[in-house]
Amino acid sequence: MPDHVQLATFGITELEAQHALDRLNVRDVEYADLYFESRVSESVSMEEGLVKRAAKSISQGVGVRATAGEKTGFAYSDELTKKDLEIAADTARYIAHSPKGDRAVPVPAQRRPTRDLYPIERAKADVATPERVALLNEIDAEARRYDPRIKNVMASFNTEYKVVAVATSDGILVGDVQPLSRLQITCIAEENGNRQVGSFGGGGRVGFEFYRDQNRHLDYAREAAREAILNLSAVDAPAGAMPVVLAGGWPGILLHEAIGHGLEADFNRKKTSAFSSLIGKRVASDVCTIVDDGTLPFRRGSLNMDDEGTPTGRTTLIEKGILRGYITDKLNARLMGIALTGNGRRESYQSVVLPRMTNTFMLAGESDPHDIIRSVKKGLYAVSFGGGQVDITNGKFVFSASEAYLIEDGKVTKPVKGATLIGNGPEILTKVSMVGHDLKLDNGIGTCGKDGQSVPVGVGLPTIKIDEITVGGTQG
Amino acid sequence: MDIVRKERAEHSIAAGNGGYAQLAADVLAHAKQCGATEADIVVADGETFSVQVRVGAVDRLTKAREKRLGLRVFVGKRSATTSTSDFSKASLDRLVSETCTLAKAVVEDPVSGLPEAAQLGGDRPDLDLYDETVLGTETQIDWAKRGESAAFSADSRITNSEGAEFDSSSGRVVLANSHGFVGSYQSSSFSLSVSPIATETGTGAMQRDAWYEVQHKFARLASAESIGQEAARRAVRRLGARRVATKRVPVVFDQETAGSLLANLCSAVSGYGLYKRASFLLDQLGQTVASDRITVYDDGRMVGGLGSRPFDGEGLATRKNTIVERGVLTSYLLDTYSGKKLGLPSTGNASRSVGESPSVGPTNFYLVPGVKTPAEIIGSVKEGLYLTEVIGFGINMVTGDYSRGACGFWIENGELASPVEEITIAGNLKQMLKDIELVGNDLVFRGRIASPTLKISEMMVAGN
Repeated sequence: MPDHVQLATFGITELEAQHALDRLNVRDVEYADLYFESRVSESVSMEEGLVKRAAKSISQGVGVRATAGEKTGFAYSDELTKKDLEIAADTARYIAHSPKGDRAVPVPAQRRPTRDLYPIERAKADVATPERVALLNEIDAEARRYDPRIKNVMASFNTEYKVVAVATSDGILVGDVQPLSRLQITCIAEENGNRQVGSFGGGGRVGFEFYRDQNRHLDYAREAAREAILNLSAVDAPAGAMPVVLAGGWPGILLHEAIGHGLEADFNRKKTSAFSSLIGKRVASDVCTIVDDGTLPFRRGSLNMDDEGTPTGRTTLIEKGILRGYITDKLNARLMGIALTGNGRRESYQSVVLPRMTNTFMLAGESDPHDIIRSVKKGLYAVSFGGGQVDITNGKFVFSASEAYLIEDGKVTKPVKGATLIGNGPEILTKVSMVGHDLKLDNGIGTCGKDGQSVPVGVGLPTIKIDEITVGGTQG
Repeated sequence: MDIVRKERAEHSIAAGNGGYAQLAADVLAHAKQCGATEADIVVADGETFSVQVRVGAVDRLTKAREKRLGLRVFVGKRSATTSTSDFSKASLDRLVSETCTLAKAVVEDPVSGLPEAAQLGGDRPDLDLYDETVLGTETQIDWAKRGESAAFSADSRITNSEGAEFDSSSGRVVLANSHGFVGSYQSSSFSLSVSPIATETGTGAMQRDAWYEVQHKFARLASAESIGQEAARRAVRRLGARRVATKRVPVVFDQETAGSLLANLCSAVSGYGLYKRASFLLDQLGQTVASDRITVYDDGRMVGGLGSRPFDGEGLATRKNTIVERGVLTSYLLDTYSGKKLGLPSTGNASRSVGESPSVGPTNFYLVPGVKTPAEIIGSVKEGLYLTEVIGFGINMVTGDYSRGACGFWIENGELASPVEEITIAGNLKQMLKDIELVGNDLVFRGRIASPTLKISEMMVAGN
C-alpha cells in the first residue's frame, strides 16, 4: 500500500479533521464522518477506425455527514480549506438541532487497510496516452479481420485513479488508493441491409498490462465481433413462460437484480423490500448458496475497505436456499442492531453512503453444464445480457439477453434476438433445479445504479437451470 | 434498483457571469499560447438543497455548492476535453497544457472543430428559467412532509413510504470560445416527489409508486397535497396485480410510458447514432417512419420549458425544429460534428456536460396532441393492455427490437378491469411507430420529453 493515501494528500492536517469532527459530534449525533476524495478519470475512444477523442477529468472534495437516529445531515464541498470543512460540518449537524461542541470524540488513530487487494504501482496505472491509442487501433483491426461484415468498431478505454481518506467519530482514520479500469468494445455487423450489434468488455482494479496480457484485448475484440455476426442470423425470440438455462458469468446479473438489491439493509429497515421479514425463510431451492464478497483480488466490485472505513468481507446472503443476512452500512447496521458487513458505499464525496453490493455470486453446484442443457426439451439458453432492473417493493425484476439460443430436445440450436426475462425476486430462485460446477465471475463491466448513484460491481454464476420464467419475445 | 431518476430541470446557467467570463478569456488565451488553434470552455456553478422526509420525520438534509470547468481544445484537427473543480491559477495552467498534450496524442479528425464564427450568436431571449426564490430549510421540510402526509391520508392502504423529497437548486452556465463567443444564463429548479407504499389487506403484498413535479419557478409548482394524493392513487391501484396469459393485443401507453417511447425515437434521430450506423432510423430522412397521426417537435425556446435554453452547448441559438411531420421524418437532432458527418447543418441541439465534448440532446421534445381523451382511447380496446410502467433496458437501437418488463391494467370491453404485472411487451420500434392508431389530447410537460396517451394496434404481451 502506498504511503501517500492519508490526509496529507488533501492538504488537511489531522488536527483540522479532528476539529471538524468535534464540530459535528454534538448531543444527539451518534456518528459523524469526513470523506476526502480525489479522482482522476481518463478516457480514450475510437470509432470509424480513428482514435478521435481523449478526455481527462479531475475532481476533489470532501463529504461531511452527521447521523442522529434515522436522520442524516450531509454537506459537501469541492474546496478543502479549513473554513469550508467547518461550513459543511455546521450544515450537516443542523440535523441534530443542537448547540455546537459539547462532547469529546476519540482521537482517530491513523491506520491503513490491513491488506491490498489491488496493488498497482502508480506508474502502471498512469500509462501514456499513445499506448492507449495503440491498444484501440489493434482492437479495431482485429474485429474487422474477424469478419468483413463488421462495418464499424467502437471501443473505449477508461481509467480512474481514486485516492480516499475517511475520518470518523468512532475513531477511524484510514485511506485507500482505488484504481479502476475498463475496456469496452461494440461492433456493428451489416449484411444485405440487416444490421446487428455485438458488445464485449472487461476490466477491474487492474493496470494497463492486464489488457495486453495474453492479448486479452484481442479476445475482447473477437468476442464483440462474434456476437454481432451471430445476431445476423438470429430468429425472433419466443414469448411466454418456459425453462431457461443461464450460462455462467455475467448472467449472474440475475442474482444482483432478483435478490441482491432486496437484501440491502436500508430497504429492509424501512420494510419496503419484498424480502423484509424473510430472514431464516426459504427463498431459493436448496442447491442455491449466494454470497456477496468484496475481498476478491483485482475484481471490479472489490474494495480493501468500504467508504466508511470498514474492511469489506464475504457475507452469505442465501445458504442452501435459506435467507441468512442483509448487507449493511453503519447507519442501517446500528438502527437494525445487526453486524457491519463492509458494504457502505458512495459514488463520490458528493453522495451519501448507502448499503451496496460488491461482487455477488452463486457458489458452484454439482451438475455438469451439458447435462443441464440436455435436461431441457424446449426452452432458452441465455449466454449474455445487457442491463437489468428491479422494483424492490414488489420484487419484480427484469434482465435483458443480448445473446441467446433456443434449446430444442436437449440441444442448443438457433440464435434468437434479444429478449427481456421477467420474474419475481423472492420466488425465482425456488425454481432453480440444477446448478453447474462451472462457477464463473463476470469480466468486470458492471455498474450498479441506486438513488442516482453509480458504483462498480461484479457478479458471478455457474450454469443454472430455471424451471420456468417469462421470456419476452415476439413469437407466441 | 437501477431506477432511473426523475428528470430534473437542467441544472445550471446564468445572466451575470460571476467573473467567469474573464476566467474563460484567460484560459482561452493560455490555450492559444500552448498551441491550440481553437478552444471552447464551459463553466458551471450552482447550489443545491435537498430535504427528504420519511414517515413524517426528516430523514436527510443535503446541502452543497459546486463548480466545474470544462475545456476543449483543438490543435489543428486533433482535439481533447478535460475538466476540473479546482479553479486555482496553478491548476488551470496545468489543465491547459495537459489538454493540449492530450489533443496531440489522438489522430486528426477532418470534420472536427468549432462552429463557424458566423453561426454563433443570434438573439438570446429570456426564457424564464430562473427564479431567485430561496426557500428556508423549514419551508422545504414542510413541503415534503405535507406531500407525504397527503399520500398517507388519501387511502388507508398506504401503510409505508419510501419518503418524500423536496429539492431546490440554482446555478449558472458560462460558455465561451476562441471565436469570441461569450454566453451565459441562469436557471433554477424546484421539485417535489412522493413515493408511498400500499399494502394489500390479507396477503400483505406491497406496491410502490411515485408522483413528482419539477418547475423552474417555485410558484408554478402544484400543491404538495395534490402530488401526494396522486402518488397514493397510483400505488393503491396496483394492489392485487396478477399475470396474464401470453397473447397479441392492442397496447395503450399512458403519458409516462408514451414519453419513454418518444425518448426512444429521440435517441434514434440523434446524429451520433446515425453516423455510426447504430440507429434503426438510418437513411430514413424524408421517409415515412411513423403513422400519419404523428407530428413531433423539438422546441428549445418554450418559455419556462424544462429543456429550454437560449443557446446550445456550442453557442448556437436554439430553435424549434420539426422532427416528424404527419409520419414523415423531416429532421435529425444534430450538433456541428454529427451534422458534418451527415452532410447537414447543426439543428442547435449540442448538449454539453462540463467534462465531455458535445453530444446531441433534445430540448423540449414532444408529440403533438390529438383529439381523443384517454378514456376514449381505452374505450376503443376490447381486450388489451393499458401500460403504466416499463422497466429494464431491452431496447436494441440498431435494430429497433423492443422487449421490456411491463405493468399496468388489463382492458376488457373498453374498461380497466384489473392490475397486471410481471409481464413483458415486445415488438420492433420501426413497426410500433407505424402502428400508432390513436393519439390522446392529454399532452403535459413533466420533463424535457413529453407525449400524450398513445395506442399501438398490436404488440406481443408475454405472461404465463
